[in-house]
Amino acid sequence: MDLEHNTLTKEQIEANPMLPRRFRIDKVTWETQETFTHELVPIDGADMFRFKPGQFNMIYVFGVGEIAISISGDPDDDSRLYHTTRVVGSVTRRKQNLVEGDILGIRGPFGNHWPVEKAVGKDVVVIAGGIGLAPLRPVIYYLLNHRDQYKRITLLYGTRSPDKILYSRQLKEWGARFDIDVSVTVDSADTDWQGHVGIVTKLIPKAVFDPNNTVAFVCGPEIMMRFTAMDLLKFDMPEDKIYVSMERNHKCGIGFCGHCQLGSYFICKDGPVFTYDKLKSYLSIKEV
Amino acid sequence: MARLDVGSQVIIQREHFGELLEALQKKSYKTIGPTLREKAIVYEEIESVNQLPVGWTEKQEKGKYRLVERSDGALFGYNVGPQSWKSYLSPPEVKLWSARKTENGFEVEEKSDEMPQYAFIGVRPCDLSAINILDRVFLDDEYQDNVYGERRKGLFIVAVNCTEAGNTCFCSSMGTGPRSREGYDLAITEIIDGVDHFFVTDVGTENGAAVLEEVTWEKAGDSAVEAAEERINEAADSMGRDLDTDRLRDLLFNNFEHPQWHDVAERCLSCANCTMVCPTCFCHTVEEVTDLEGDHAERWRIWDSCFTLGYSYIHGGSVRKSTLSRYRQWMTHKLASWHDQFGTSGCVGCGRCITWCPVGIDITEETAAIRKSGKVPEEKVDQPQP
Ligand SMILES: Cc1cc2nc3c(=O)[nH]c(=O)nc-3n(C[C@H](O)[C@H](O)[C@H](O)COP(=O)(O)OP(=O)(O)OC[C@H]3O[C@@H](n4cnc5c(N)ncnc54)[C@H](O)[C@@H]3O)c2cc1C
Ligand code: SF4
Ligand code: SF4
Ligand code: FES
Repeated sequence: MDLEHNTLTKEQIEANPMLPRRFRIDKVTWETQETFTHELVPIDGADMFRFKPGQFNMIYVFGVGEIAISISGDPDDDSRLYHTTRVVGSVTRRKQNLVEGDILGIRGPFGNHWPVEKAVGKDVVVIAGGIGLAPLRPVIYYLLNHRDQYKRITLLYGTRSPDKILYSRQLKEWGARFDIDVSVTVDSADTDWQGHVGIVTKLIPKAVFDPNNTVAFVCGPEIMMRFTAMDLLKFDMPEDKIYVSMERNHKCGIGFCGHCQLGSYFICKDGPVFTYDKLKSYLSIKEV
Repeated sequence: MARLDVGSQVIIQREHFGELLEALQKKSYKTIGPTLREKAIVYEEIESVNQLPVGWTEKQEKGKYRLVERSDGALFGYNVGPQSWKSYLSPPEVKLWSARKTENGFEVEEKSDEMPQYAFIGVRPCDLSAINILDRVFLDDEYQDNVYGERRKGLFIVAVNCTEAGNTCFCSSMGTGPRSREGYDLAITEIIDGVDHFFVTDVGTENGAAVLEEVTWEKAGDSAVEAAEERINEAADSMGRDLDTDRLRDLLFNNFEHPQWHDVAERCLSCANCTMVCPTCFCHTVEEVTDLEGDHAERWRIWDSCFTLGYSYIHGGSVRKSTLSRYRQWMTHKLASWHDQFGTSGCVGCGRCITWCPVGIDITEETAAIRKSGKVPEEKVDQPQP
């Protein structure tokens, strides 16, 4: 292995935000049939970096390209980097074939974050749909690491079917704790499934939180986020306490390429996390 | 000659104008200026004044561009062609870095090309504003773009004030011309009056003053300065087009579902010409280029356009599938959301998109049509209204 050879220095990387740092895949975990998590350790520019929950990296796979993937690990643990990827197209397909020891390029962390600091002293409701749990996992780690700063913590997670549940072992562990309420629902299931069936918004009425003193973090498909936000509003939550995360094409991650624009916003630098009041018009105009 | 003060005005006679190019070249600048190529005026490396389109002007209309001869021997007797200076500052195709395959992955090979130091000769006030706008896009935030930054760093700008406005120009409306206000090293106004032919020259920076040390100049008398002022005012009065910018951002944000979008979508070919010629359109994509063996990969940055289907692609399909949504994205970005992003309009009124649209779509007419029947909201709106 020639890992030491031709290693970029920290200065070189800092001087050019388009240059990736190389990371080695230390472990691959298949979460579902189509979703896997990489645990990565740095090769270039020795230090590990710090990130905030909700930030993303641009991940480069040699020979195919670069994609935006949220960091899905614990923000208080900077010994390794976690990314959970769903296989959908050309880059993610190539990425799924990489094995332990293989090398990826990383640029980041980019974007804003789920503002856990603004939820201190409040109830927190985390609502995820599908792969949307990946960008929210750092929030849950953070809340549990700093448990005494928050009141009630609720996680509502919805996905298509039982075999598509992400982080199922961890969900069970969290579900067994008394300081977080975890509910999981699936859109459809056969008789082996004993949990909830139905879309994730159906779990909201059962959740216990004080609408006037709650912060909600919501991530999933656009339509799921819209319906979830509308339901939370019905429970009298203020629009600016509901946070959602947007997805658009990303080619640079740092505000140069223009692809991620949504009206006045660059999702890569003004987002991906926004309060619902800053998005609601956009969510109701077609093809914006 | 003595070093001039920044802000002073002098005259350079036509016969000495070549010395300006020579002085810049002596200081190792690569001089880029307008020249004739395939029936249009483009910006290329020029070594002498003779390569300027001397004695040519252009006729521009919606969807039309034609060169015509003029008899007065003007060096800068035309406005703007299809190309803009962004081609030099953020090139259409540029390699970012490359990588070599290794046993487990890859190693990055950073390129270390020497960047040429450019001097732009003949930058119109609208285009000067466009460069100032690109500075905000690429350099004024948390991250700085190296591609643009490396080329912009040592740039020397000779601006040319406009004494004639083109038929598709509307810089007066956008507040960007016909006089250049800031960001130049030297700004010239070409005056031809009978046998007299000279350039009233404004010194914008110390660099500009230093270059003039190598050029023959004379003091600018009141009459010359007045003549320059008058010609620029004439250009302002003869603007081919105008655009009412009064609360334009709010007007457009309030009319995202206006019927005019359907009307323009019927005509627009989604060909992306307007974005390619626009001096402020900065969007680009990054592509992976590999060799056949797959041992070597290059990351290329290539101009892209919001008019393409792929631009807004996310897995499962593009966000902006219809031509309506793409034209609306482009125009509202230029005239509305750009203000929120960069504190300025994204349109400088150069008229290129009007001239080079194959079907003659005119951004000033489209805006006027929306203004005619669309309501301006009473209060500022923070998002487009459904
Ligand atoms: C801020 C952010 C965070 C994300 N976090 C995650 C995550 O944690 N896990 C995960 O699995 N996915 C995440 N995504 C989505 C992920 O980026 C896309 O699934 C991925 O780009 C698809 O690439 P592909 O080449 O396999 O797909 P293809 O369909 O072949 O796409 C081709 C190209 O289009 C672009 N593209 C396609 N879809 C998207 C998209 N949704 N967003 C941005 N660019 C896209 C990419 O450049 C991609 O290479 C995130 C997206 C964003 C914007
Ligand atoms: S939008 Fe048209 S007129 Fe405005 S700067 Fe761009 S090309 Fe010129
Ligand atoms: S407005 Fe004109 S130039 Fe622009 S994409 Fe449409 S047809 Fe092409
Ligand atoms: S991803 Fe390039 S500007 Fe946001």
